[in-house]
Amino acid sequence: MTDILNALALLGNFVIVPGLTYGSQLALGALGVTMIYAVLRFSNFAHGETMSFGAMITILVTWWLQGKGVSLAPLPTALLALPIGIIGTVLMCLLFDRFVYRYYRRQRAAPVTYLILSVGILFILSGLVRFVIGPQDRIFADGERFIMKARAFKEMTGLDQGLAIKTTQGVTVVTAVIVVALIFWFLNRTRTGKSMRAYSDNEDLALLSGISPAKVVSITWIITGALAAVAGTLYGLDKGYKPFTYLGLVLPIFAAAIVGGVGNPLGAISGGFVISFSELLLTFAYKRVIAYLTPGDWVPEGLVQLLATDYKLAVSFVILVIVLLVKPTGLFSGKTL
Amino acid sequence: MRFLQGESLYGGYGGADILQGCSIGVNKGEIAVVVGPNGAGKSTAMKAMFGMLSVREGSVELDGQDISELPPQERVTLGMGFVPQNANVFTSMTVEENLEMGAFIRRDDFSPTMEQVFSLFPVLAEKRSQPAGELSGGQRQQVAVGRALMTQPSVLMLDEPTAGVSPIVMDELFDRIIEIAKTGIAILMVEQNARQALEIADRGFVLVQGRNRYTDTGEALLADPEVRRAFLGG
Repeated sequence: MTDILNALALLGNFVIVPGLTYGSQLALGALGVTMIYAVLRFSNFAHGETMSFGAMITILVTWWLQGKGVSLAPLPTALLALPIGIIGTVLMCLLFDRFVYRYYRRQRAAPVTYLILSVGILFILSGLVRFVIGPQDRIFADGERFIMKARAFKEMTGLDQGLAIKTTQGVTVVTAVIVVALIFWFLNRTRTGKSMRAYSDNEDLALLSGISPAKVVSITWIITGALAAVAGTLYGLDKGYKPFTYLGLVLPIFAAAIVGGVGNPLGAISGGFVISFSELLLTFAYKRVIAYLTPGDWVPEGLVQLLATDYKLAVSFVILVIVLLVKPTGLFSGKTL
Repeated sequence: MRFLQGESLYGGYGGADILQGCSIGVNKGEIAVVVGPNGAGKSTAMKAMFGMLSVREGSVELDGQDISELPPQERVTLGMGFVPQNANVFTSMTVEENLEMGAFIRRDDFSPTMEQVFSLFPVLAEKRSQPAGELSGGQRQQVAVGRALMTQPSVLMLDEPTAGVSPIVMDELFDRIIEIAKTGIAILMVEQNARQALEIADRGFVLVQGRNRYTDTGEALLADPEVRRAFLGG
C-alpha cells in the first residue's frame, strides 16, 4: 500500500502538479490565440511575444513596488502589479490594431496577410522587450516559495517520496480557474459577450442585427491582451522570465488551440492540458515508479524514459501534425466562440 | 407612394447593372411578393432596398423619408427587418440567444416581444435552449424570421423564406407570414414558389432582367393567362 502511495506521490510531484501548472499557462495562451482566430480569423503568431510584453510590464511594476517596500506576502508581489501589466498589454494590442490591422481590415485583406503582419509584430515586440528589459533571465517571484514543502509532506504522510507544491504553481492554477470562469461568464451571460459570439458565428447577420464590428474587434483585443498578460506573467513567475522562451511557447500554444479545435474556448483549455500532460508523460523517467510498483528485482536498468526532456518541444509538434492529419477540426469542432 | 418604396432602381455588384429600373413597394399590413425567373434580379432588388448594395440611380423611401444612402444597420433602427436567404441564423447559439441578438439594438425590455415570437412559433419555445444549427430547415427559418421580428419592425423583408423546406412546412410558414402581416407589418418577400406565394400576396411584382414585367394584385397575376404560361408553368 505504501508503495502505491509512494508511486502516486512521485507522479504527483513530477507529472500532475507541474502538468496542471503548465497546462493552465498553455490554456490561457491558447485561449488568447483562439479568441483572435474566432473573431478576426487569423493566426496571431505574435501572441507569445504579447505574453512576454505583458510579463515585462508586470516585472517593471513589481520592481517599482518592491522598491517602495510594498509586498503581498506570502503571495508574490507580481499579483499586485498584474493589473498594470494587463492595462499596458491591452493598450499595446489596441495600438497595433489601430495602426496596423485596421488598415488591412478596411482593405478586406486575405487572412494570410494578417498572419504575416502578426509575424512582423512578433519581431517588433521581441526587439522592444529586449530593448527595455534586456535579454537576461529575471526572477521576480517573491513571498513564500512553497505552499507545501517536500519534507513537510514526507513528515505529514510518513512516505518516502515528497510532494512539493510551489506557491507560483498554486497561484497559476487558481488564477487560471478564475480567469477562465470570467471569460465563460462573459461570453455566455453578457450582452456584449453574446454579440462577440454572434459576430464570430455569422459576421453578416451580426451586422444586420446592429452589432458594431469595431466594438467587437476592440473587445476581442482587450480580452486577448488581458489573457496574454496573465498567461505571460504566470509563466514567468513559475519558470523565471526569459524573453526568448516566449517565442518557443508559440508552438505548444498553437498545438493546444488546434488540438482543441481552434476558435473554440473549451477546446483551447482542454488542448492546453492535453499538450502539457503529453509532454510530461512522454519525457518522465518511470524507473522509480516501476520500482515502487513491482517486486524488487524487476526494476530495469535504464531510466524508462520514452523521450529525453530535450525533445519536449517535439511532442507538441508531433501532436500538432497528428491532429492535422487525423482530425483537423480538433476535439471540439471550432471556428466559433 | 407606398410605405416602403424602391423607385426606378439601377445598380449591381460592379460591372453591368443587374437592376434595370425596377420599382417595388409595399404598404403596412400588406404582403408583396417579388417573383420572376432565375437571374431576374429579385434578391438583388431586396438587397438594394435594404442598403446591402448601393443603387446607382433611383431611390428608396420609407414612410416618405429618403433612405437611399443609409447603411443597413441604420435601416434596422428605422424599423426594417431583413431575413437573408442563406446563413440567416447564428448556428452555434441557442434559439433564445438568436432572438436576443435580433433585439441587440433595443435597450428596453424585449421579453414581451420574445413571448410574441414564441406564441407565433410555438416550436421555438420548446427548443429555446437548443443551438439553432441543430434545428430542421423549417425551424431554422422560423428562428430567422423570429430574429428579424425582435426589433418590432414596421417592414419585414424575406429573401426566399421557403427555400429548401418541404411543402407542408412551406404552407405553415406562409400561414405565419399572413399572421405577421395582420399585425400591421409590411411584408416584402422574394419567392421561388411563385404560385403559392402569389396566392397569399396582396401585390405581386414579376421581374424579368431587372425590370418590372407585370405588376398587379396577386389574384390578378394568377388569373392572367400570359403570366401563368410564362412564369407559373401553365
